[in-house]
Amino acid sequence: MSEAPAAPPAGSADPAPAHGIDLLLKPPRPRAAWRLLPARVGAMCAVELQKLRHDRTELYTRAVQPALWLLIFGQTFTRIRAIPTGGIPYVDYLAPGIIAQSAMFIAIFYGIQIIWERDAGILNKLLVTPTPRSALITGKAFAAGVKSLVQAVVVLLIAALLGVALTWNPLKLLAVAAIVVLGSAFFSCLSMTIAGIVLSRDRLMGFGQAITMPLFFGSNALYPVSVMPGWLQAASRANPLSYEVDALRGLLLGTPHHLASDFAVLLVAAALGVTAASALLGRLAR
Amino acid sequence: MTRDTGRRQADAVACTGLAHAFDDTSAVDGLDLTVRPGEVFGLLGPNGAGKTTAIRCITTLLPVPAGMVRVFGHDAAGDRMAVRRLLGYVPQQLSADAGLTGRENVALFARVFDVPRRERAERVAQALAAVDLADAADRLAATYSGGMVRRLELAQALVSAPRLLILDEPTIGLDPIARTGVWEHIGAVRAATGMTVLVTTHYMDEADQYCDRVALMHRGRIRALGTPAELRERLGARRRAAPGALPTLEDVFRDVAGSGLDDEAGDFRDVRSTRRTARRVG
Ligand SMILES: Nc1ncnc2c1ncn2[C@@H]1O[C@H](COP(=O)(O)OP(=O)(O)OP(=O)(O)O)[C@@H](O)[C@H]1O
Ligand SMILES: [Mg+2]
Repeated sequence: MSEAPAAPPAGSADPAPAHGIDLLLKPPRPRAAWRLLPARVGAMCAVELQKLRHDRTELYTRAVQPALWLLIFGQTFTRIRAIPTGGIPYVDYLAPGIIAQSAMFIAIFYGIQIIWERDAGILNKLLVTPTPRSALITGKAFAAGVKSLVQAVVVLLIAALLGVALTWNPLKLLAVAAIVVLGSAFFSCLSMTIAGIVLSRDRLMGFGQAITMPLFFGSNALYPVSVMPGWLQAASRANPLSYEVDALRGLLLGTPHHLASDFAVLLVAAALGVTAASALLGRLAR
Repeated sequence: MTRDTGRRQADAVACTGLAHAFDDTSAVDGLDLTVRPGEVFGLLGPNGAGKTTAIRCITTLLPVPAGMVRVFGHDAAGDRMAVRRLLGYVPQQLSADAGLTGRENVALFARVFDVPRRERAERVAQALAAVDLADAADRLAATYSGGMVRRLELAQALVSAPRLLILDEPTIGLDPIARTGVWEHIGAVRAATGMTVLVTTHYMDEADQYCDRVALMHRGRIRALGTPAELRERLGARRRAAPGALPTLEDVFRDVAGSGLDDEAGDFRDVRSTRRTARRVG
């Protein structure tokens, strides 16, 4: 069957290279088990980036809201000085919160995409590949993280344009990226878990809308935990967004923070999210 | 685990007593099915017969609540990853990612089947060329026609060099030219690779022309099995048809699907299941 495969086209630049089918005759060798997860995560992230490259409208439209928050809310409250920020301008204080918020918004609605993929038959096809369900969910979670990260860069640039004094230390920015990806991984898993329960786009949309605002206002994104009433402080402690904002604020502005514990909380939350969403993925495959 | 392999080459698909029910609807009800290595096997049957459900059990998408399903000797309930590595699957509905180009759609499947990076681009190009999509490869799948999407899905399934290709109504909703196109590509690839093909279709002429063997499924079970010619001859003999005027495969289909088995025809169960099918299709 495999007679001398006609010299493979070195640079596939020429318009119509005569492709044989010799490669389609032999199945690829399975990867070692430990490489499976990173490979699937890489594949899902690549897809997300390719989609962003083909269609950037979402990136731009989603930049409007954070820009307005910073511009209107941020500037106004900077002048009012009503919120104790520990001596920094309020718009600076707000910027990490808005970065976390816009990343969370993208992630919270990521479950809609998985329901769409289910309805379009794409999910079924992926489930028939040698991809364990937990690897598929982890891949999707990190893909949501990548999408959020691109959005976070846009908000970061807007904040810089508005004169927010952010760090440009590359190591710290790398840590910022890690925190944003982890936080988004958690929120997208939350969303995919709800998707596995409600099984419909409309209902998930409703749920998403119902939980994003409480998560946002019940966190330290807009104001420090210390000004909250006691019950809200308790809720804020259970809210992963608060840990994300705390870490981002510490990294970007140099305010007091608890980086190690923030990171640990987000990591555990993301792991729990992956577990829950993977367990419910079977319901979407029915 | 696999007692009967080794002695002879394992069947491509072996279902025994497969049953699957959705809530109160029994979709597959004691299915016995054997697909031999290298053949094109057609699974035929009326809407709601349980073809898609059976296929989803074979592809590991659905659990196997009762009975046994083996793919080349691997248990579809226990050894899912091994089964998946042998499968190429094209589901009933058109399902390419419209937000990606044709090439990216195929590359995704190359990646999740662990095609090493150095041969990925070439393998993807070969899969696209095998279904005649080389020229359209860098257009978004959103711009493809139905026939092109089907061929793209074929390329996605072929890129991992599956031993068993499972196609659920590959020509549904396609015009006659596109239908022929899809079948010709399936035929060419099979001739070159020797892979086994399990296919469902509602077009009896296609089954007659392209399938080595067919099974007629009705109410979750196989009701007739053989080569298209055998089935037609068998019905012809029963009806004492003149040798020159054998019944068509469509007559066989009508005979099975509209036979005495249909004692509950037109009852609530039928209406409900037709509605469900309609909802899923449209
Ligand atoms: N996800 C589901 N939930 C509930 N019932 C289902 C589901 N999928 C299929 N069914 C029911 O199971 C039965 C068999 O359906 P199936 O899709 O397997 O038939 P089919 O032979 O593929 O039909 P078609 O030719 O219309 O594709 C039908 O009564 C259908 O309504
Ligand atoms: Mg079907």
